[in-house]
Amino acid sequence: MPVMPHVTRLLAALRLSTLAIVVVTLFAAVASGPARADALDDALALFLTDKFPDTQKAIGQLVAEAPPQAAAILDALGDNRLLIDPANRVVAYRTAAGAVVDAKTGAPVASADAFKKVRVNNALRAAIDGARGSLTLANPDPEKRLAAAADVFKSRDAKALPALKAQLAKESDPRVADALKLAVAAIVAGSDSTTPAERTAAIEALKARGDPDAANLIDAIGQKATEPEVKAAAESALTNVRTRLMFWGAAQSLWYGLSASSVLLLAAIGLAITFGVMGVINMAHGEMVMLGAYATYVVQSVLPPSLQGWSLAFAIPLAFIVAAVVGVAIERLIIRYLYSRPLETLLATWGVSLILQQTVRTLFGANNRQVSNPPFMSGALHVGGLEITMNRMWIIVLAILVFIGLQLVLRATRFGLQMRAVTQNRRMAAAMGISTARIDMFAFALGSGVAGIAGVALSQIDNVSPNLGQGYIIDSFMVVVFGGVGNLWGTALGALMIGVAGKILEPLIGAVQGQIVLLIVIILFIQKRPRGMFALKGRAVEA
Amino acid sequence: MSRQLDRIGLVFVALLALAAILVPVLALATPEGSAFNIPPYLVQLFGKYLCYAILALALDLVWGYCGILSLGHGAFFALGGYAMGMYLMRQIGARGVYANPILPDFMVFLNWKALPVAWWGFNWFPYAMLLVVLAPGLLALAFGWFAFRSRVTGVYLSIITQAMTFALFKEFFRNDFGFGGNNGLTDFKDVLGFSLQSSSTKVALFSASAIALIAAYFVSRAIIGSKYGKALVAIRDAESRMRFLGYRVENYKLFAFVVSAVMAGIGGALYVPQVGIINPSEFAPANSIEAAIWVAVGGRGTLVGAAIGAIAVNFAKTWFTGVLPEFWLYGLGALFVLVTLFLPRGLLGLLLRPAREKAPTPETPALAIEEGADP
Repeated sequence: MPVMPHVTRLLAALRLSTLAIVVVTLFAAVASGPARADALDDALALFLTDKFPDTQKAIGQLVAEAPPQAAAILDALGDNRLLIDPANRVVAYRTAAGAVVDAKTGAPVASADAFKKVRVNNALRAAIDGARGSLTLANPDPEKRLAAAADVFKSRDAKALPALKAQLAKESDPRVADALKLAVAAIVAGSDSTTPAERTAAIEALKARGDPDAANLIDAIGQKATEPEVKAAAESALTNVRTRLMFWGAAQSLWYGLSASSVLLLAAIGLAITFGVMGVINMAHGEMVMLGAYATYVVQSVLPPSLQGWSLAFAIPLAFIVAAVVGVAIERLIIRYLYSRPLETLLATWGVSLILQQTVRTLFGANNRQVSNPPFMSGALHVGGLEITMNRMWIIVLAILVFIGLQLVLRATRFGLQMRAVTQNRRMAAAMGISTARIDMFAFALGSGVAGIAGVALSQIDNVSPNLGQGYIIDSFMVVVFGGVGNLWGTALGALMIGVAGKILEPLIGAVQGQIVLLIVIILFIQKRPRGMFALKGRAVEA
Repeated sequence: MSRQLDRIGLVFVALLALAAILVPVLALATPEGSAFNIPPYLVQLFGKYLCYAILALALDLVWGYCGILSLGHGAFFALGGYAMGMYLMRQIGARGVYANPILPDFMVFLNWKALPVAWWGFNWFPYAMLLVVLAPGLLALAFGWFAFRSRVTGVYLSIITQAMTFALFKEFFRNDFGFGGNNGLTDFKDVLGFSLQSSSTKVALFSASAIALIAAYFVSRAIIGSKYGKALVAIRDAESRMRFLGYRVENYKLFAFVVSAVMAGIGGALYVPQVGIINPSEFAPANSIEAAIWVAVGGRGTLVGAAIGAIAVNFAKTWFTGVLPEFWLYGLGALFVLVTLFLPRGLLGLLLRPAREKAPTPETPALAIEEGADP
């Protein structure tokens, strides 16, 4: 650590010297009066001597006057493509295509033989880089200016300071002005030769920005400042920014937790239905999810480009149907013969899961399949310090919709009523005339279909491979067992608690450790409440 | 246990004993290339199957006779394997890549300075063997004590044993956990001073596995035949009734669970020197489920059937993955489905006379009534 101040000071000194040169040249240029028609000629004439100080001046003039050719000339100079013919007093450059063109007119020159390159050294290269930045800062397009200011904020390039200030003085767009202020603040933080007023202004600007970079910069200013009032301002701003960062950090963790919960809920809710109604564990449930993801892939590969934006609208029903049909087939062909033997159902469905995985591997190959995000699901939303990725947000929306939909099916339909009856007491329901076999079949179709929908969601955030389902099956079991069967609220709460707890533990002890801790907590929880949080009451529990 | 089953068991034990004697003779005393010579790789392969058979036998003890479908036996097997692997690792000594006399290679690689406490004493064979028994045994004791006391049964128990396996699987993958991380333990040189590369050691390990399997069979047989074993079967068929009759059901289950876990651990300890590696993938939940299908194929509640099932399924796996690799998963999947649907009593069930009143079937009417409300 003790080395650091020296290094930063040395760097600052270096920056300062280049800064001084640019400032001097800028002043020289400004002093020579406002933009004149022959300003470009003057600048070009300075290149002809091919002396470093003259070249430096020429760069300064190009920046100050900003003629339309300036950018191309500076680029050429930086890449050693700027050519001069001192005898005929012509400046030209070689274009990227190899042609030699006149620097002023852009017309090709007759013969390139008499030209020689303009020499540049490291100091000049630094000046050229600064000049290029300044030229973009003065770009008429506000978006470009904004990007340039953001670049300077990141690079903390002290050479850009004069250009920043010049642009700030005449900037009309408030967004760009804010960005410029921030960039100035960032440079001030790294510099030793600023006034207390400048520092206080910089602290204010950084406080408004309020991200970790800003906190570090405020800290740097506070460390360097000798004046007590600047130090105090820095300290209060730092506390303010850190508090806000902590808040946003917690909000971000919560968001990640919600996102993880929504995935868990989607994957587990179908399992909760089948497990709740029939008391059998469907080990092939993960493969229903996987089939849904592959359905999305198939939809995207057969849809014409014009409909790609709507691919999920086709994928969701298809995934539901495919998974539901496979689910019914499993139920009719295997599970219904094993109702009195739940442990063997577990084994048989595990076998089904192996077969389904291998089938998909044979059909689609073992590699990951590319599934793209439709336009409305890509990108991210920024709310304060929170980054909300669109695909995650839509998955949360989907999870909520699926949950509401299932609740409606269970609460408002005749089938739902019968299903709840079978869940609570199969024999009594049968005695009341409910065809339990039919309910089992429909419940299995519903649970599997929902898993298929989960697959559509997962295809948007995970690799679509034959092993997709395996990654979610154990977590889904945990959710169902933790939440308790027979009540979807239990599943929702279980998913929410496991998802959020996982994301809270993750920064503290790491992702893997967090998962292990959660597994242990759930195992211990089951000791206390063997039937989960929302256990069914009544005779059904007495096994 | 029917008399017929006992007879099959004795034949199986006799065959094993014969193999334990004959294989060394044939492998070592006959010249290479002769018709009676058994190549070392085959000895090793069948030695591996015998270790799996021990695991299957252990699982059958709890599943077939106590109704506990443990999906944690793969983990007990792997724990025993790790204890053995740690001993073998310490035996490498200064012959490792980094030639550190104390620290195994991976610790030097991770820049560790001292041997972690968990590794202390593993250079001493009896201590390592003690841990082969204690590590899975104590885990099973703690886990079972909690689970059986709070009456977690059926699929719930299967799911939480799977969660335990999954947690261990994740934990052993971490380098910081101190057991070799992702790569596990490998590069073993010798056991008790005998090189693992020599055919005589391989043959000795095969015989040791055969003898261990015989011992496991007799121990299980003794447990099942005892008064305790009768109570265990009764608990499987009607747990609540046994509880009402005054039996401490959880203690009965716990004893069987711990003995079974220890057996699985011993199987794992014999497995590791024969395959030359132990890594976290042995903890994969899929392995534990596969072990259940070995038992189901051979026949639950038959002991000898479980061992035969393990050998048969693994032989098929070796053969299939060699000839038709992409079809093995279809085959294994179909095995799971078909055996549970059409062969609930396993291969041995086909052989045995259908002595209905004596055959162990969990689907007795009593159970159906008791569990009817909560299938």
